[in-house]
Amino acid sequence: MTRLALVGLLLVALGALALDEAPRGAPTATPPVGAGAAQEHPEVPPPPFSEGIFPCSGCHADLKPNRTRRVLTEMHDDIQLRHDEQHRWCLDCHDATDRDWLHLASGERVPFEESYRLCGQCHGEKLRDWRAGVHGRRTGEWNGHKRYLLCAHCHNPHAPRFQALEPKPAPLPPTRPGS
Amino acid sequence: MSFVRRFMRFVHGSVRLVLSGNRLYWAWIAVLLAMIGSGVYAYLEQLGTGLALTSMRDPVSWGFYIGNFTFLVGVAAAAVVLVIPAYVYDWKPIREIVIIGELLAVSAIVMCMLFVMVDIGRPDRFWHLIPPWGHLNLPSSILAWDSVVLNAYLVVNFVVVTHILYRAFCRRHYEKRLVVPLVLLSIPMAVGIHTVTAFLYNGLAARPYWNSSILAPQFLASAFCSGPAILLVVLQLLRRFTRFEIKDEAIWKIAELMAYAMFLNLFLHGVEAFKEYYSDTEHLLYTQYWFQGLGQHRTLVPYAWTAVALNLTAFVLFILPAARRNPLTLNLGCLATYSGCYIEKGMGLIIPGFTPDTLGEIYRYAPSITELRVAAGVFAVGFLVFTLMLRVAVPISLGEFQDQEGPELKARAPAIA
Amino acid sequence: MKHLPVKNQTAGSCENGCSRRQFASIASAAAAGFLLTGCGPRRLREMPKQRLRQALDEMEREYAAKRGMAVKVADTPPLPDVLFGYALDLSRCIGCRRCVYACVEENNQSRDPQLHWIRVLQMEKEKGVDFRHANPYYDPPKVPEEGHFYVPVACQQCRNPPCVKTCPTGATWMEPDGIVVIDYDWCIGCRCCMAACPYGARHFNWAEPSIPTSELNPATHYLGNRPRPKGVVEKCTFCIQRVRKGRYPACVEVCPAGARKFGNLLDKDSEIRYIIENKRVLVLKQELNTLPKFFYFYGT
Repeated sequence: MTRLALVGLLLVALGALALDEAPRGAPTATPPVGAGAAQEHPEVPPPPFSEGIFPCSGCHADLKPNRTRRVLTEMHDDIQLRHDEQHRWCLDCHDATDRDWLHLASGERVPFEESYRLCGQCHGEKLRDWRAGVHGRRTGEWNGHKRYLLCAHCHNPHAPRFQALEPKPAPLPPTRPGS
Repeated sequence: MSFVRRFMRFVHGSVRLVLSGNRLYWAWIAVLLAMIGSGVYAYLEQLGTGLALTSMRDPVSWGFYIGNFTFLVGVAAAAVVLVIPAYVYDWKPIREIVIIGELLAVSAIVMCMLFVMVDIGRPDRFWHLIPPWGHLNLPSSILAWDSVVLNAYLVVNFVVVTHILYRAFCRRHYEKRLVVPLVLLSIPMAVGIHTVTAFLYNGLAARPYWNSSILAPQFLASAFCSGPAILLVVLQLLRRFTRFEIKDEAIWKIAELMAYAMFLNLFLHGVEAFKEYYSDTEHLLYTQYWFQGLGQHRTLVPYAWTAVALNLTAFVLFILPAARRNPLTLNLGCLATYSGCYIEKGMGLIIPGFTPDTLGEIYRYAPSITELRVAAGVFAVGFLVFTLMLRVAVPISLGEFQDQEGPELKARAPAIA
Repeated sequence: MKHLPVKNQTAGSCENGCSRRQFASIASAAAAGFLLTGCGPRRLREMPKQRLRQALDEMEREYAAKRGMAVKVADTPPLPDVLFGYALDLSRCIGCRRCVYACVEENNQSRDPQLHWIRVLQMEKEKGVDFRHANPYYDPPKVPEEGHFYVPVACQQCRNPPCVKTCPTGATWMEPDGIVVIDYDWCIGCRCCMAACPYGARHFNWAEPSIPTSELNPATHYLGNRPRPKGVVEKCTFCIQRVRKGRYPACVEVCPAGARKFGNLLDKDSEIRYIIENKRVLVLKQELNTLPKFFYFYGT
């Protein structure tokens, strides 16, 4: 009798599982509204590296990583860090073991070509807007192939705030004839 | 073909009349022709270089030309001040002189059309407004309506006037069944032309200064005092220089009607000023620019207060019967009415409507030399048309210019009225 | 009128008056007929495709003769199921005016007298969007200036356009894809549309426009950026010569701050629909019920 009851219970449990339609394990993704055309990995031009700086492993393969938070003095001292520098420093974004990569908070490595995933950790709204084509300078085709840029193409990752620009000339005010 | 020969006799006789006159007449014609010549020359320059020779620019895109156009539509509509007493009330003193009002209406409409022609950027394309070759954007475009009603009013007045005069020349009475309906039609048409012209401004939501329901009644009120002001002066001149008989009562009655029209004009301006100042919204800016100036921009302020003073003076002069009857005060009143209405309907209407512009810019508009010369030329054309028509109409009315040949008629032609 | 006596009825043997009258009536009927129908429709909007292309070829020849270089005048029709919309991010515009001059170059605007389709208004942060205190003539060494923000204004491509309503000759109208266009060969230059526009978006050629030939953009559209004559009105056309071929307007592409967005309002996946759904959009002078297709929003 108890064996039958156990089998019955198992059958009921299996039936319940079968009726449950949500696939287990996969996260239920709710894409942002209107971003149906947004791409998971938009095609972007190469990252704007300084001349000759990449691949970083050219130097760093032979160097021992120094994880002490400090202001750099021996090399890369031309970089002015103005990006939450009270709480962050280089190795919070750059991977300590392989400088040809960046890393996320989870430790997952991302290539420089996908640096937007790193920026998007803190700037999630901007990332969503960027994927939809709403953040950033827009070129390409409005009904076809949109051209994307990396965050770093407009924002210097070490000092992202835009500098003031010289404006183009003001329009000429209208004047009466003869004046 | 006798009608053709009679018409040729009319033309021939008219030409002879027009070319005969005393020294004063020829001096007047010479002045007008000189102004027309100067205007044509200035206009040719404007055609060549473009409207850049005027002071109009993007912020103030209508100016002196359209201001004059608006004022003159009012003058044309003012013929109704004579037509109603003459034909609706059958009041003899004005019945005898109503034709002068209709001639003024024709001259005024001619000037209106010329002002539009000189204002548009492509006068070579004016035929775009004439169906079937052109296209009139009816029913939505008010300017399209305006071109229809102005032409219709011109045709109605022209037909009435030429019919009456030509019939008188032929020593026949005018056809009552043609004239009376047309004349009665011209009454709502006169109200119509100025209402439609007011709608041209009134309908523009972009220009809060004009986007007020009071604009059409206010246009009519100022038209009904400024138009007859010209008429009164012309009538006095006719009395002085021709044998045309104009009764004093006619003149005094017209002046009295002008007083009521001026009261309405002042009242409507007053209520508009109340609404702007009391409600004190952003729309007050334009009225403020006119009466007080904005910051250092005070160009129009003297004109605003001069117009108010002139209109008030004119009202007082015309409301007092004694002042109406005194020729000096009467003519001062006419001058004050004309100038006051001209200022407040020209610069007082157009420029504050555009200043500040839709994006807040203040551009100091003042008519350029080209605009003044062309406008003077257009006025001269209107005055010339009016003079020449009077030169023929007055002798016909007096029975002095009649068809001497041709079949004898049973009775002598009655007077025009 | 009395008719002249007709001796006999056979044609050609009438008295003088009869045959002259016949000829006159036939000639006038023919002339009227020709004038009414033979010339055909004159407005570019009404011309059948073949005739339109002929007219545009004629224009190309005239431009080539005048400029000594080949100018193409396209007649690209509107794309189906498209209604263009535009959004401008007021939190991003820095007032650099690069859009103004990109537009001037792309759309062949007159250099002298100067004509700009886009006007950037500097406003004060404390006053908000307030046209009374707008200044288009700012000229500091660097932008953005402290305490100020910037509102570029051009044609709002209204769905209820007051300019189209007032045009007496029907020289301006809204195309099926939503762009309000002008037929530069039909416009009489009366400037009613300029008085009607609440956004100061329409501009008049007060004198003969001049563009140095080296700066002329030869890729034109007949309703857009082809060189205009003196005495007609012009305005932003959303770069009709570009957008009907799938490209972005010049101002969108040049903006260094990424403040300008453009797309198809009827496409639920477009950027413009994303902005309307996820950001808060507003329009200028909303109380005038012009229903612009040019939206402003605050991205951050």
